[in-house]
Amino acid sequence: MHIMEGFLPVEWAVFWSILSVPVVVWGFFKIRKLFAESPEMKMSVALAGAFIFVLSSLKLPSVTGSSSHPTGTGASTILHGVAITSVLCTIVLVFQALLLAHGGITTLGANIFSMGIAGPFVGWLAYRGMMRAKLGLVPTVFATAFLANFSAYIVTALQLALAFPTAGSVMTSFITFFGIFAVTQIPLAVVEGVLFIMFFDYLARTRPDLLKGKLNLRPKDSNAPVKAVEA
Amino acid sequence: MSPKGWYVVGFSVIMAICMAAFIASPSAEFGGSDGQGEEEIANIDPGYEPWFESPWSPPGETESLLFALQAAIGAVIIGYFIGNERGKKAARKKMEEANDPR
Repeated sequence: MHIMEGFLPVEWAVFWSILSVPVVVWGFFKIRKLFAESPEMKMSVALAGAFIFVLSSLKLPSVTGSSSHPTGTGASTILHGVAITSVLCTIVLVFQALLLAHGGITTLGANIFSMGIAGPFVGWLAYRGMMRAKLGLVPTVFATAFLANFSAYIVTALQLALAFPTAGSVMTSFITFFGIFAVTQIPLAVVEGVLFIMFFDYLARTRPDLLKGKLNLRPKDSNAPVKAVEA
Repeated sequence: MSPKGWYVVGFSVIMAICMAAFIASPSAEFGGSDGQGEEEIANIDPGYEPWFESPWSPPGETESLLFALQAAIGAVIIGYFIGNERGKKAARKKMEEANDPR
């Protein structure tokens, strides 16, 4: 999903970096404030980052004859919002750009924007909407994780299309790039959705405090652990 | 169904999708769809030269190692959390039993 080193013309590399930097800086201050006010949230942020680490390293083959990986940003989006997710993604993307030659320093801004900002933002919109509609944990978590993953790839295709229009047509290029990514991503987005349903179900049972105000849990969902705490 | 039963179903679905991916394209190269995007750029704009190269790019085996390391770092944190919660639950149960007057 990451755009390779040097594969974005300079002006586009600068453009996406300018869009990404303020969000990452905002996220950085949000994390600092969160840790200062509630140090117990460190574990929850580490956990969200851990999922991004694991999932974005898992490459799976796809029917188009190449391979692709999930993004893992859904949990972080629900637990901590877009800004903090962008910081966690930046850590992963720098790790991959420097040590793995996967993605790159010149394309870092564009990759942060797609994976760490645009994807999580679309996921977050779905999450807010579905939470307000009280649709319950399973559909809400699934849609958030699925969209956070899939939107990241739509944006990557758009970034490449804007930089490399086919005979002047951004649309033609977009369809070409999107065609490559879409087939590989749908199964991965489903995998991510299923995994995060289980994770949030687990959190709702063991640590409902981490989900306070997050998913409109019905009392039924968090019955056992709350009783245990009171006792 | 108990939560454990649902988790078995969930992990089975994930495994099925992953295995289906290997069956559907057994000869897939692990180049990533990134590599394919790269080829497509060469199709659209044959004159484009990447203007910056990665300062260091690991050999294949080392790359796999570093990907595994990345996954391991994340897995350790998730495992720590789940293990920690399990331990806390066990400790809580023990205390309740100790406080039970009977």
